[in-house]
Amino acid sequence: MSETDTIEYELVCGMEVHIELNTASKMFCGCRNEPMRAMAPNLHVCPVCLGMPGTLPVPNKRAIESTVLLGLALGCAINRQSKFDRKHYRYPDLPKGYQITQYELPFCKGSRIETSEGPVRLRRIHLEEDTAKLMHPGSRVKLAMGQVRTGSEESHIDFNRAGVPLIELVTEPDVVSPAQAKEFGKTLRSTVKYLGISGADLESGEMRLEASVSMRLQGEKTLPPYKVELKNINSFGFLEKAIAFEMKRQRKLLEKGVQPKQETRGFREATGETVAQRSKENADDYRYFPDPDIPPIELGESWIEALRRRVPELPVAKVRRWKEEFGIDPRYGELLCEEREDAEKWEKQFESLVLLNAPVDEFVKDVANKRTKFSHETPPHEVALQYAGRRDEKPLSDEEVMRAVNDVCAAETKAVSDIRQGNERALGFLCGLVLKRLGTKSGGERVRESLRAHLST
Amino acid sequence: MKRRHISARELVDEAYAAIERENPKLSAFITLRDKADAQREAVRLDRETELRPLHGIPFCAKDAYMTEGLRTTAGSKVLETFAPPFDATVIRHLRDAGGILIGKTNMDAWGHGGSTENSDFGVTSNPYDRRYVAGGSSGGSAAAVAVRASMFSIAEDTGGSIRNPASMCNVTGLKVTYGLVSRFGMISYASSLDTVGPIAKSADDIAHVLEAIAGPDPKDATSSHRPVPKYSKLLKQPVKGLRLGIPEEAMHAGIDTDVRRVFDEALAVLGGLGVKTIPVRIPSLCFSVPMYYLIAMSETSSNLARFDGVRFGRSRKFFSEETMRRIIVGTYALKAGYQDELYVRALKGRTILIREFDELWKSCDALVCPTLPGLPHKRGDIAREPLKMLLADSLTVPANLIGSPALALPAGFSRTNLPVGIQLVGKRFNEAALLSLGHAFQRATDWHMRKPNA
Repeated sequence: MSETDTIEYELVCGMEVHIELNTASKMFCGCRNEPMRAMAPNLHVCPVCLGMPGTLPVPNKRAIESTVLLGLALGCAINRQSKFDRKHYRYPDLPKGYQITQYELPFCKGSRIETSEGPVRLRRIHLEEDTAKLMHPGSRVKLAMGQVRTGSEESHIDFNRAGVPLIELVTEPDVVSPAQAKEFGKTLRSTVKYLGISGADLESGEMRLEASVSMRLQGEKTLPPYKVELKNINSFGFLEKAIAFEMKRQRKLLEKGVQPKQETRGFREATGETVAQRSKENADDYRYFPDPDIPPIELGESWIEALRRRVPELPVAKVRRWKEEFGIDPRYGELLCEEREDAEKWEKQFESLVLLNAPVDEFVKDVANKRTKFSHETPPHEVALQYAGRRDEKPLSDEEVMRAVNDVCAAETKAVSDIRQGNERALGFLCGLVLKRLGTKSGGERVRESLRAHLST
Repeated sequence: MKRRHISARELVDEAYAAIERENPKLSAFITLRDKADAQREAVRLDRETELRPLHGIPFCAKDAYMTEGLRTTAGSKVLETFAPPFDATVIRHLRDAGGILIGKTNMDAWGHGGSTENSDFGVTSNPYDRRYVAGGSSGGSAAAVAVRASMFSIAEDTGGSIRNPASMCNVTGLKVTYGLVSRFGMISYASSLDTVGPIAKSADDIAHVLEAIAGPDPKDATSSHRPVPKYSKLLKQPVKGLRLGIPEEAMHAGIDTDVRRVFDEALAVLGGLGVKTIPVRIPSLCFSVPMYYLIAMSETSSNLARFDGVRFGRSRKFFSEETMRRIIVGTYALKAGYQDELYVRALKGRTILIREFDELWKSCDALVCPTLPGLPHKRGDIAREPLKMLLADSLTVPANLIGSPALALPAGFSRTNLPVGIQLVGKRFNEAALLSLGHAFQRATDWHMRKPNA
């Protein structure tokens, strides 16, 4: 055992996710909410989102609905009394010199997202406005007549994104592995898409992932005295890689007795490494105070309940129910559940098939394994016809199967000797013959086992 | 305001003539609208057959209001070359009502001040004696109305900025209930204290203007949705039997003797109208000034953050010293570790003050007190003493802290012929009571009819 093996470090990781909402207009003004697909920069702007003098913010009700809806879907507690706060800092992409966000009374708090490696607790979900987009020298800018490159000396600012509603979700540092981070992200994304509140596309920045990573001695309960924030990660795959790389990097430092620097790091796809961006020694003083231009918000009980009723059945629950009702294997169920509209169509198909006495579980398995061209769009009676024979069959007795196996093996001596020499294809060949003899298409696994048992004696 | 005897074109010409005559001596205006442009608008209005509520009335606006295409500076060099791309809601309402905008008036930069000495564009003189200040921060507006260069002006009151110059210039000024008039398009000083209001010759004129500008605005989340009364119709409602409270804490030893005399004479007039006056106590009143300044400076430090010279205006190095002073104090009061002791504490004090007033309204309908503790000062005199300037606000800031309406009325003159005003403070959204009382007072007196000598 080498020296390094004796000291084990464990990951302490929390996630911060930003989600651009798909409301028709921006968070505090009536401008069109279309930061990604606008025909030109600075098209969807007005005095309010440009931070011109004398302008005032008016909150977007649908954005608040979407935020509370997400909280309800995830099991959060909803703050009946809430407000917006001003967060002050200086940057050219922040027109007012402050961002309108939520500090003390976020709309949602608490709850957790379950993963296969345990729960990840949610600290809060709040609503804020997005910043403008900075484009540095040499950026490619899309204009109505085509694309253009900016000059080598200039940075440009595109305010199409300024004021777009943004949900921010923060977790407790419960993430224990890069894989879990990925699973968490994917579950969150599918929930968001199911609710229809955002396209949640990672590449375009509709959904942005950040992870804060630190390491501590295995078994330690206290939080490490530092954390490194990882940003600019635009895929789940890169998230996993970035965290894994960071774990290695930090472990190396800790083993040398060096505390990793508290900083922000970006992920370089080409090299798979994280690189330092800017130092974050102390927290900035944002001088948060309640925005006096926006009266405090009170959410009515009945309003919240009406929203709660709008939360659809989410993928996890749907997969579970499909197993109980239709006998569908959860692995396959998950695949068919990804898009909500598709899932609903599939369920309609299942219901029709049940009425026609067709085997839903087998059909789904074939769909998942791409062994059929049929889908949720195929007329149910066609599907039922295809699988009709199988349901009517009596289940075969072991005797019948053994007899068929014996007969076939006696007849196909060459194949038998091939199998005994390790030829798997021959096994499949014999299996097909046995099934044909039994006059059935299903039960292949069972036949294979019988064959193996017979041939091993 | 009846058009039968005079045309809009004539009104506009008169206004520009008055400005040409008076403004060089007063520096009431920062920017004048192109005369030919205003005349064309007047001619268009004259051709209309349907009379609008303020048909053809020339008005000016404090330079805190965004006016499309017409330079708006907020009294600061940072915006010296800035012309807005839109009209403030109140400006739009006035134009829709037939008003003709003729210029932007001088003010303490960003609203910071009570004398217009903090303007980056010169000091506005008092029309009654040019050695003295016109008051602030809406000094230009009050002076313009005083010399009838404008029939009314739209100004802004955060801590007394309408009432202070109105009383110093012998005109009538109304601070409205917070939320009655939309703030959209008004360059914010302190968002929870700012109000949009008119300065005019009389309560009667003010009632007409108020009707045109009050009401909800979907672009201002703090604007009220209450139905707006027809103020001009309510002017003649009876005032006999109204109970006016005189706050003991306000009538302190620091009140100037002339102010005291004018105030007592005004009380006698009110008594003659059948109004009862009773002494009242507001224990937290003495904390109003520090509360006000902590809140106002904090909010202004935040509201001025957008002036970074990136999208419009010039760099922040064009801020004046007074502006920088306020930004620094406001930033400090919001700092982590200090915010609870300073800003939050002021907010809590504000709630206490609000509750004390709510209690008060059970026993009286309005308050009456002087507008200012002293007389207008000579230009340059107390500008060197910032603290003394702040204390001059002690009688006006309470109305802003509690969100109540307050009407400043001309009430007399000092022995040195400087105007002295009094103030009525009322329940929220009860402008009608103040205006009817002011109207009755102005039927029994003629201070408001006086004009400065040439």
